[in-house]
Amino acid sequence: MGLYNSEMKSKGQLFVRNGLIIAFLVLFAAATIFPIYFMIISSFGDPVEAGAMSYSIFPSKISFESYSFFFKFSPHSWDWLLNSLIVAGCVTVSNVFFATLAGYSFAKMNFRGKNILFAILLGSMMIPGQVTQVPLYILIVNVFELQNTYTALIMPSIVTVYNIFLVKQFMSSIPKEVIEAAKIEGCSQPKIFWHIIMPLSKTVMAVLSILTFMAAWNDFFWPFLVTNTMDMQTIQVGLKNFRFANTTYFAPMMAGATISAVPMFILFFALQRYFLEGVTVGAVKG
Amino acid sequence: MNSVWTKKNKKLKLESDSGWGYGFIAVALIAFSLFTAYPVINAFIISLQEYRPLGSTYVGLENFKNTFSDSLFWKALKNTLVYTLLTVPVNIFLSFLIAILILPFRKKTQTFFKAVYYLPAVASGVALSVVWLWIFDPLKSGIANQIVGFFGGSNQNWLGSSATAMFSLVLMSWLSSHGTAIIIYLAALLGIDNSYYEAAEIDGATFLQKLWYIVVPFLKPTTLFLLVTGVIGSFQVFQNAYLMTGGGPDHATTMVGLLIFNNAFTYFEFGEAAAQSLLLAAIIAVISFIQFKFLGNDVEY
Repeated sequence: MGLYNSEMKSKGQLFVRNGLIIAFLVLFAAATIFPIYFMIISSFGDPVEAGAMSYSIFPSKISFESYSFFFKFSPHSWDWLLNSLIVAGCVTVSNVFFATLAGYSFAKMNFRGKNILFAILLGSMMIPGQVTQVPLYILIVNVFELQNTYTALIMPSIVTVYNIFLVKQFMSSIPKEVIEAAKIEGCSQPKIFWHIIMPLSKTVMAVLSILTFMAAWNDFFWPFLVTNTMDMQTIQVGLKNFRFANTTYFAPMMAGATISAVPMFILFFALQRYFLEGVTVGAVKG
Repeated sequence: MNSVWTKKNKKLKLESDSGWGYGFIAVALIAFSLFTAYPVINAFIISLQEYRPLGSTYVGLENFKNTFSDSLFWKALKNTLVYTLLTVPVNIFLSFLIAILILPFRKKTQTFFKAVYYLPAVASGVALSVVWLWIFDPLKSGIANQIVGFFGGSNQNWLGSSATAMFSLVLMSWLSSHGTAIIIYLAALLGIDNSYYEAAEIDGATFLQKLWYIVVPFLKPTTLFLLVTGVIGSFQVFQNAYLMTGGGPDHATTMVGLLIFNNAFTYFEFGEAAAQSLLLAAIIAVISFIQFKFLGNDVEY
């Protein structure tokens, strides 16, 4: 790269420079992933109370006792995972479909009030979550009386403004001639969307589904607020309950944390490209 | 916008799009009105009420008055400000530094480091808070205490003492929330054309000069973006405080977000919570405006 001076460096100097940089990067990387490493390593320990043990950074043994301890804690431990999967899955599917639809509409279609509507949506992204939290809770729990249902867990995030914005940004790069040509051929808008826009938007849809799934899976406060029985809770809420009920059981707690985090790690390593792309899509002007 | 369109085309387009246009955004608009617009309007109404599930009473600006005279609100505001000042600039600087250092390497190495630094952002906040809770174990065998002890420091009661509780949360942020910023910075760095560096090199510029006169100005929009979103995010953050310290000890880690949450869902003072959330929104708006005003005058979007 041009930022680093290319000439006047001997091979030895270059080697030393790169070596120093790598050493620093690795050190910082180690500090970054240490908690995750610590979590996974410790989860293989025995489910004994913390007072009797000392922490070790290296695994002395591998046992899955703590995992079974975590699952035995509540008869609904598996339900938590299933609930998380159901909620995150539904939220993802509905967001991908409706955000793509709305994003296409805002980017490529012409109708009265489009710009004003989009400006309102965009402006609403500035409003902190705390403002809507209380009224939303009242609406869902007191008005609709949906407490402890999947509807309550899913509905409020059925399609988010951020996702619509993401799609709109992406769609702006699709040439309008493609759509015009289809229109002249007599293609209706739903057909254009289904046969032309969707295939062209696979990347943004992949990015969007990953980010949405991750956010829904990791969400804690909303499921915490609208569920009140163990069988309806998600894994994040379950983990919190487990923590407060077993404050001294170190290894099982780490096992629970690992269980809640590992599905996302697997997804991350399998679809790394889309994760990393997703970070920049909304931020850097294309 | 579409100045190239002939009038006829425009008319055709309007006619054929209108129905479907509204149709395509219908679900999004309904969801938005129901779950964002209505709650926002309702927040204003609730903030003027003493909220009861069956029949609230109008109390005027009572909730706002109470908030302003509540020393805990000011303390929470101060805590939020301290947390923001300690985390956001440091995280931006760290991310900038790391992005610059990753830059000279091959794409594969870059991707590897990007993935590693991004990993904590993938893990759930609850899981991370559980892990950090044990890292900050106040016993001598706790990881943080072992590290401090290794350098000759004395045992700390990290989250349990008001002197170190806030710093513990800040430390956690330093080590787990820079992945996104690094990736964004790196993308922006790769967008700087090589010819600028070449021209500077012909003039005999050193590495630091290039950094200061080319990279920093070029990345200013990125930095502003990270600063504004970082501050907005930091003013709302309270999940770690809620899960790890519960706002204590002695309210040393009570942030405004946590105060609102507790008022609403521990004490069920919905009116006061709504009033405080609106104040928080106003504060965030003012701060964002100031940032744009003073830092964004030559930034174009």
